[in-house]
Amino acid sequence: MPMRARRSDAGAPVGEEFGEGIVPAIISIESLAKSFDDGFQALKGVDLEISEGEILALLGPNGAGKTTLISIICGLVTPSAGRVTVAGHDIIADFRAARSLIGLVPQEITLEPFEKVINTVQFSRGLFGRPRNDAVIERILRSLSLWDRRNSRNRELSGGMKRRVLIAKALSHEPRVLFLDEPTAGVDVTLRREMWTVVRDLRASGVTVILTTHYIEEAEEMADRIAVIDHGKLLLVEQTAQLMRQLGRKELVLDLAVPMDAVPAGLSDYKLQLSADGMQLLYEFDGHSDRPGLAPLLADIAAAGLDLRDLSTRQSSLEEVFLTLVRDGGDAADRTGVAQ
Amino acid sequence: MNGRAIWAIYRFEMARTFRTVAQSLISPVLSTVLYFVVFGAAIGGRIETVEGISYGAFLVPGLVMLSLLQQSLTNASFGIYFPKFIGTIYEVLSAPLSFIEIVIGYVGAAASKALLIAAIILLTASAFVELQVAHPVWMLTFLVLTAISFALLGFIIGIWAKNFEQLQLIPMLVITPLVFLGGAFYSVSMLPPAWRAVSFFNPVLYLISGFRWSFFEVADVPVGWSITAIVAFLAICLVVIWAIFRTGWRIKP
Repeated sequence: MPMRARRSDAGAPVGEEFGEGIVPAIISIESLAKSFDDGFQALKGVDLEISEGEILALLGPNGAGKTTLISIICGLVTPSAGRVTVAGHDIIADFRAARSLIGLVPQEITLEPFEKVINTVQFSRGLFGRPRNDAVIERILRSLSLWDRRNSRNRELSGGMKRRVLIAKALSHEPRVLFLDEPTAGVDVTLRREMWTVVRDLRASGVTVILTTHYIEEAEEMADRIAVIDHGKLLLVEQTAQLMRQLGRKELVLDLAVPMDAVPAGLSDYKLQLSADGMQLLYEFDGHSDRPGLAPLLADIAAAGLDLRDLSTRQSSLEEVFLTLVRDGGDAADRTGVAQ
Repeated sequence: MNGRAIWAIYRFEMARTFRTVAQSLISPVLSTVLYFVVFGAAIGGRIETVEGISYGAFLVPGLVMLSLLQQSLTNASFGIYFPKFIGTIYEVLSAPLSFIEIVIGYVGAAASKALLIAAIILLTASAFVELQVAHPVWMLTFLVLTAISFALLGFIIGIWAKNFEQLQLIPMLVITPLVFLGGAFYSVSMLPPAWRAVSFFNPVLYLISGFRWSFFEVADVPVGWSITAIVAFLAICLVVIWAIFRTGWRIKP
């Protein structure tokens, strides 16, 4: 089984099952909790390891704790308990080293309206203590298609460009980890696809990307791994494909040539459902259990003399998986044995 | 110490000043000239000298102090409130910066701008009256210490304020009256005894008095008190800011 190397405090690698090959963990979160002054518990003990170079999607409904989690790692919110390290640096005791490795793209578009694009991005680089480097800034602005607009004032830009300026600012000090807080919230389809391309390019350049989203499609499309969070708890962390395999329910739809009144007695073991018009038989099977033998079912159908016009299978989307998880409050995750 | 970050904040803030040069530099100078014309020319025609100094010249330190206090306070409060208001503060808070560096950047820029305005006002005033500076080093010391401490106070107000109204509240309701009643345009010896006693509770009196002393060696209170007052005020502001960052009050939940 491939192993993931996880660094302990002393820096010694600790093996852990994950993905392909040995990938060091760049962010390590242990028992992280946050209670606000009004008593609201935004995080209730989160443990999570994020590997260098991966794209991790933090998926959860509004108010689940996604932004609080990111804000703590980036230094915007003080944790109530727990510990976070970035490349082995504690985010509080060694905040300078930890933060200099991180770039943050916030959820809201927040830019100094009257400043020029290039000055805004250069300011960010300076703020992170990096020496001026025009070549790096040019490369970043070009990669985000902003170079031609470098002398525009921020307020003159379109919404999509403003969001790219925020990304450019976050990348200006060449971080190893980039947090994208709902990067495509409220943007149109074209822009969303454009943003996905940007994120993929970033990953290709070796940057670890953690994005929060409540668009399931986005997580499914982008992420290597998905962490589902709700009510301040991490319900599940799993590789996207495996999550789909484990939790995605499969459905076999059999279109009948001739309508029927009831499921034939010979097929009762399969718990088939008959559609209201009597034209379809539905057979549900669990994706994460061993694939049931469809051949016996089909043989029994033939034996029962049913005339099939068509048959198809359908896998439930991550959206349905997600809703199941959130509704069950982690029971489904426990079933898979992968919850953190 | 993250010197590059301090420089980045400082430059960014100063760039704002020069981007809005009419509002930032010309307007305070114009209002000071108006004070000078109204008080110096109109009233000064009736009051020839105060403590042996021509009223026009006597006014200058008070007017410089008035602008210095207002400018350092409003620049610093706006400088930190605006990023809070539009949300760009996240970047400063997520940068590898200690609170000392953040304060040096914002307060340094606000104080620099106020000192620049004070210098312009002094130059403008010297076109109207003959000015002598008896203790230039002390004059500079008072200017710098006052600019820094009121910029620190402004920084506190900027963190405290939840809206623009609150941001204006302290400068308008507290600072301006204190300056006007602190002997900017008169010597407290000209007041009736009861009001004179009340004036000694006004901290701004000590600043104006000390600053005026550095010009003419004439003061309402001993200069040592003035120095003590400004240093104590500076220390109080520093402690408050330290407490703000330690607890994350209104900036970091």
